[in-house]
Amino acid sequence: MKAAAFDLVRPRTVADALAALADGARPLAGGQSLGPMLNFRLATPERLADIRTLAALRAHAETDDTITWGAAVTHAEVEDGRVPDPTGGTLRAIAGHIAYRAVRNRGTVGGSLAHADPAADWISALTALGGSVRIAGPEGEREEALTGWMSGAFATQLAEGELLLSVTIPRPRPGARLAYRKLCRKEGEFAMAIAAVLDDPARAIRRVVVGATDGAPIIAEGADAGPRAHAAIDAWPGEAWKARLLHVSLDRALGDIAA
Amino acid sequence: MADGGSGKGVGARLPRKEDDRFLRGKGRFVADIRIPGMREVAFLRGPIAHARIGAITVPEAHRAAVFTASDLTDVAPIRAYSGLKGFRRSDQPVLATGKVRHVGEAVAMIVAATRAEAEDIAGLIDIAWEPLPALVDMAEARATTTRVHEEWPDNIVLETFVDDDLSDIAATAPIVIRRSLRTARQCMSPIEGRGVVAEWDGRLDQLVMWSSAQMPHITRSGLSECLGLDHGQIRVISPDVGGGFGYKGILLPEEVALGWLARRIGAPVRWIEDRFEQLSANANCREHAYELTAYADGEGTLLALDCEAMVDAGAYSSYPFSACLEAAQIASILPGPYRFGRYRCRTFSVATNKPPILPYRGVARTGVCYAIETVMDAIAEATGIDIETVRQRNLVRSEEMPYTNVTNKVFDSGDYPEALRRAAAALDIPTLRAQQASETGPVRTGVGLSIFCEQGAHGTAVYHGWGIPMVPGHEQAQARLTPDGVLELRIGAHSHGQGMETSLAQVAHTILGINPAAVRLVHGDTALTPYSTGTWGSRSAVMSGGAVAAACETLAKRIAAIGAHLLQAEAGSVRVEDGSVVAPGGASVTLREVAHTWYRAPQLLPRDVDPAGLDVTAGYKPLSDGGTFSYAAHACAVTVDTETGFVTLGRYVIAEDGGVCLNPMIVDGQVLGGTAQGIGTALYEEMPYDGEAQPLAASLADYLLPGAGEIPRIAIEHMETPSPLTRFGQKGIGESGAIGPPAAIANAVNDALRPLGARVDALPITPRRILEALARAGR
Repeated sequence: MKAAAFDLVRPRTVADALAALADGARPLAGGQSLGPMLNFRLATPERLADIRTLAALRAHAETDDTITWGAAVTHAEVEDGRVPDPTGGTLRAIAGHIAYRAVRNRGTVGGSLAHADPAADWISALTALGGSVRIAGPEGEREEALTGWMSGAFATQLAEGELLLSVTIPRPRPGARLAYRKLCRKEGEFAMAIAAVLDDPARAIRRVVVGATDGAPIIAEGADAGPRAHAAIDAWPGEAWKARLLHVSLDRALGDIAA
Repeated sequence: MADGGSGKGVGARLPRKEDDRFLRGKGRFVADIRIPGMREVAFLRGPIAHARIGAITVPEAHRAAVFTASDLTDVAPIRAYSGLKGFRRSDQPVLATGKVRHVGEAVAMIVAATRAEAEDIAGLIDIAWEPLPALVDMAEARATTTRVHEEWPDNIVLETFVDDDLSDIAATAPIVIRRSLRTARQCMSPIEGRGVVAEWDGRLDQLVMWSSAQMPHITRSGLSECLGLDHGQIRVISPDVGGGFGYKGILLPEEVALGWLARRIGAPVRWIEDRFEQLSANANCREHAYELTAYADGEGTLLALDCEAMVDAGAYSSYPFSACLEAAQIASILPGPYRFGRYRCRTFSVATNKPPILPYRGVARTGVCYAIETVMDAIAEATGIDIETVRQRNLVRSEEMPYTNVTNKVFDSGDYPEALRRAAAALDIPTLRAQQASETGPVRTGVGLSIFCEQGAHGTAVYHGWGIPMVPGHEQAQARLTPDGVLELRIGAHSHGQGMETSLAQVAHTILGINPAAVRLVHGDTALTPYSTGTWGSRSAVMSGGAVAAACETLAKRIAAIGAHLLQAEAGSVRVEDGSVVAPGGASVTLREVAHTWYRAPQLLPRDVDPAGLDVTAGYKPLSDGGTFSYAAHACAVTVDTETGFVTLGRYVIAEDGGVCLNPMIVDGQVLGGTAQGIGTALYEEMPYDGEAQPLAASLADYLLPGAGEIPRIAIEHMETPSPLTRFGQKGIGESGAIGPPAAIANAVNDALRPLGARVDALPITPRRILEALARAGR
């Protein structure tokens, strides 16, 4: 199938982009999710705003406590180490197993967070790290923590007319560990189960995220985050065999932390 | 062997000539063809599996762009009837007529400047649907009063019965095995989908159709029947074709529709199938169900097999193989390479509201190999005899060849036990058994075997027996020496991955000594090649190989006669070798000089020269129509993560015997590619349907195909038992690789699960099926 006709605008600045969105345009970044939806005619926007080359969205920045990736940083740029990785390599490794290289070349971190497929990687990994996103909208800019980001499958706090600018990730302290496990039937496929666990003793943070739940991820924090996440999986309404995969991925991630 | 030491003839591992253009991106596929003024077609497809079609409302502005069944009044439906007794006839309308019988059935054809605009128009068409109950499961379809075809008394396309009274064995056999097995509905997935470009040539009064088709002459016959044109008014061209696998042997309604449309609107038109259409509407295959009862003695000898099998045939009988081929083949080939003497098998081909089932590489063999090899492992388990020995006790032995089996298949030659022995030895089962014995954790090793024989190049008698629209006869080839001494070979079969531009050049080299580089293979054009049923059924190495050899042999005689005259030698004394005619004293003339003489200097020809010249058409058939029987044993190790249900393939060994290989490297490629597809059948590929017969895997995100990362290193051991039936001793082996993996992998997975009391009896073996089997076992 071929996409229905649409207009394409190429804003040069965030302000132009917001104006385009206010005018009914839908943002197009790497197009790795929106592209197929256009071709299937599941999405038939009248206008797309190509935000992939906006300088503000392509930037990255570091402070002593955080690193920030622009929303249009691609998975491949993370994989290739072209932007800093606050985990010393774990995020690079995660990026390297997102879909296939052709997808990673164009797919963006911000696009993945905004699309909010429950089985996508960044939603779980960056939530475990305590990431937050910066959003621009008609009312100005605001910050949203990823722990409250998803309200359901493909549903987030991003409102109509708003643009995701960047994601900021707190640097784990020395001695912290991030474990990430996903279960895929084959390389490059969406995960059947995801578990991400951050253990950061210096900040007294232990955060567990269980993804690929067909909805918002299961998030638990605190010393007993593991058992509480397991309990949440027990209460999860999905099929038993899939719940078993969620448990297994969580056990393995917790095991990685303990190892 | 027949190579003669040049390194270029039959038996040589010659690099594929055609790869030069493919690897440089210079191939030409249907979607590469552009004709000035060409318009694009989209089909509006039914969104409901079973519904009456009420009023179709087309916006006034687009009336001229939209065609429905009411416009195609001069087009006959596709009719693929079988002559088998009891076969229920049904027609497949080119555009749905009265009702739709599966999701994705084409209802309207829309032509526009671009595909996107055609799809825009499709979105504006309103159809008043009157939904009917959808038949999604073949067992339910046998019980219900709903009919896929109203004029039928039930939904059974064909029932076959190989009868035997097994009660004596049932009463006394010490071991009785029962298994219920299912194989999933799959979608054949060539990298290139189907595609059609059609143009009406007013000068020739001829429809010219480029189609991604593997059997262009059969496509032409089908178009002729549906469009009411004589064969001369139709030219079908198959350019480069990116994989066929059976899907491209089918006459599609879309081909007929575009053929009609090109003439109707007087403009070239094209339709390029997309992956959504391929998955949701068109390329279905493989869905079987088996109820097996096997009787064995305490030594593991299979005494008798009793089977009831069902095939979900879908809504229509596809052309030319019909809706019966799959199930009828189950009945005849389920016994596999084994020698048991008592057999009963009833099969049902059942119509449902799913796309018609089409023959996929291996056709029914993949399913029956899984069935009979499951039985073998069950006998091994019941008797405590190891999995190799139990098979050795039941295989046909080499000294029994040629062997006529319980369904009257005549196995031509081979040493089945040796293939199994080699595969099992290469796998090193004792080491794997020791590994298993030490395992206590969640990851378990399993060992699996399968062995099968593959009937290839079966001909007239066999297909006359099926009574379908296509019966292969003599295969023809043409050999023509051009004025500058290049050899043109013309075959009616088509090469779409089989490497025939190389292997048939090797055949010509073996006969004429001509350099394969100076051989051109013309194929895939009904205007340029002799009639052929095409490339299917593991037949072209045997059939086109034999035909090319026959044509080259006749050509060699004519060349020799002219050459002898030019050499002033006795006609019977010269030899044709290394591209020359050589006299006893060593004097020679080249084929180029001979060709120049015939075409450009005929004054030098002998007075009694054969006036037919240097252009030969020859026909060929093997010594028997019953086909060659290649065979192979697959042996593999797997690990199963019993926590996740994930399966990892370990060592994978194939011992295969395709007789004399025209080009063993090409055979290896065929075996490896087929094995990858077999791994897909075993572990990944499944088109699920919901209760309304809606296909649920509409893209490759949901329809999982194995990728390079999922294919283990595969070791191939060649055996070479010449077929006594064929020109060089070659056997058909094109489908082989796809047959063995599901059985071997399923047996290996169940071997790994056995200590845990779990077993999976369905393909593909997904994490879900493994976890649910473990849960049933209390794990």
